[in-house]
Amino acid sequence: MSKKKKQDEQVKKEQAKAYEKYVKQFTPNPKYFSNAIKAFFIGGLVCTAALYLQNLFMAQGMMKKDAATAVTVILVCSAQLLTGIGWFDSIARFAGAGVIVPITGFANSMVSPAMEFKKEGLVLGSGAKLFTLAGPVLVCGISVSVIIGIIHLIIDK
Amino acid sequence: MVANKIGKHTVKFNNKPEILGTGSVVGVKEGEGPLGKRFDVVLEDDTFNEKTWEKAEIKMLSESILLSMKKAGKTEKEIDAIISGDLLNQLMSASFTARDFDVPFIGIYGACSTMTESMILGSVLVDGGYAENVVSAASSHFCTSERQFRNPLEHGNQRPPAAQWTATASGSVVIGITNKPNIVLTYATLGKVVDPGITDAHQMGAAMAPAALDTIHTHLLDTNREPAYYDLIITGDLGHIGKDILLDMSKNRGIDLEKVHMDCGVILYDEDQDTHSGGSGCGCSASVFAGHIYREILEGKLKKVLLVSTGALLSTTSTMQGDSIPGIAHAIAIEVEDS
Repeated sequence: MSKKKKQDEQVKKEQAKAYEKYVKQFTPNPKYFSNAIKAFFIGGLVCTAALYLQNLFMAQGMMKKDAATAVTVILVCSAQLLTGIGWFDSIARFAGAGVIVPITGFANSMVSPAMEFKKEGLVLGSGAKLFTLAGPVLVCGISVSVIIGIIHLIIDK
Repeated sequence: MVANKIGKHTVKFNNKPEILGTGSVVGVKEGEGPLGKRFDVVLEDDTFNEKTWEKAEIKMLSESILLSMKKAGKTEKEIDAIISGDLLNQLMSASFTARDFDVPFIGIYGACSTMTESMILGSVLVDGGYAENVVSAASSHFCTSERQFRNPLEHGNQRPPAAQWTATASGSVVIGITNKPNIVLTYATLGKVVDPGITDAHQMGAAMAPAALDTIHTHLLDTNREPAYYDLIITGDLGHIGKDILLDMSKNRGIDLEKVHMDCGVILYDEDQDTHSGGSGCGCSASVFAGHIYREILEGKLKKVLLVSTGALLSTTSTMQGDSIPGIAHAIAIEVEDS
């Protein structure tokens, strides 16, 4: 690349940065504080309900591990149901991370593309698009867990 | 010799191409907005009794074209071309709409600037004597563009304050020439692509504002007019944030737009409709012009209007590759002939 072209690009980058800064004064900030409060309470509510269910199952004689699995299944199924009847997006708009971070968000990220692309066919529509949102999370999550596992193996020796 | 070009990028229509009729069809949310009563058709359901969102958008566009032809008193045989566009890949809505008409079709893509672009091309054809009557139209649908550009509809997420709402709307105008010119298209300024370097796909207003300013400025210089010449200079879909940026930047350039400027995306929705920075999409300026503004002109409330539809020429690929968003704006002047 010639020197002049490099210089031009540098100038353009600086102009873009200056414009971005200028634009910022016109853009309202997201309501971080109230969003965090809502997420805290709704997320807390989801987790409390899950724990209550788990305790209930254990009181009825379920093993802790089995009870946890049952609760997970219930959380996933209810998020799927709420997505299916079109409520989940409204709840998530209000609660944000409170319902997106728990496993409910994961269930929603699978069901919503499945519903959306049903019109393109069950296999090449829903089937192909099922993991568009959850896929990247799975790939990165599993990759990181493998790397950490290897590190753990080496250090533990 | 170039006879009809004036100044830098402006064309003058000498033979008085006119707007003979318009049609506008909007979705439920748009109908609930402040302009709800100013459209021809407000849907009761955004599916429009179709099986897919795309088919619904096609039906909306088709309906608005038919309405505009009816109001202009023209039959399909009298229309020489349909110029139309939308936001979907391969111009699905526009092409599939044209499939049902026995009329030559020109599909155009100018993102949300499509309506002005199609009106300019239509006026050029009519003014140059290449066509008698032309239909210029554009459409967008919230649900079709969400699934193409963003996330599935039922996906739970929070939209940032700068985000805009793609309008479920379509608008169409019939352009032709009569013996008694009334609502005349006088000048058009073609916009150039201006890229201020915004990479956030939610900041579309900011990405388009410099292009809008550039086109408005060029138009005023080329035609030797002041902003106050117009009763209204209306941009397409800058939204609340883009509008503020445009006004601030124009002030710095010594152009006073404050009193005459409005934005279709700002007036299409109420603030409590949760659209954040306002409306966007091809259908935004198309329906607001074909519905509300055209009615204002007919009612005599507006006599000189400059329509400046603005477009963000991003693609899903360019955003993923981290490229910035190029903006564009085209302007067309609509003036009532003194009789």
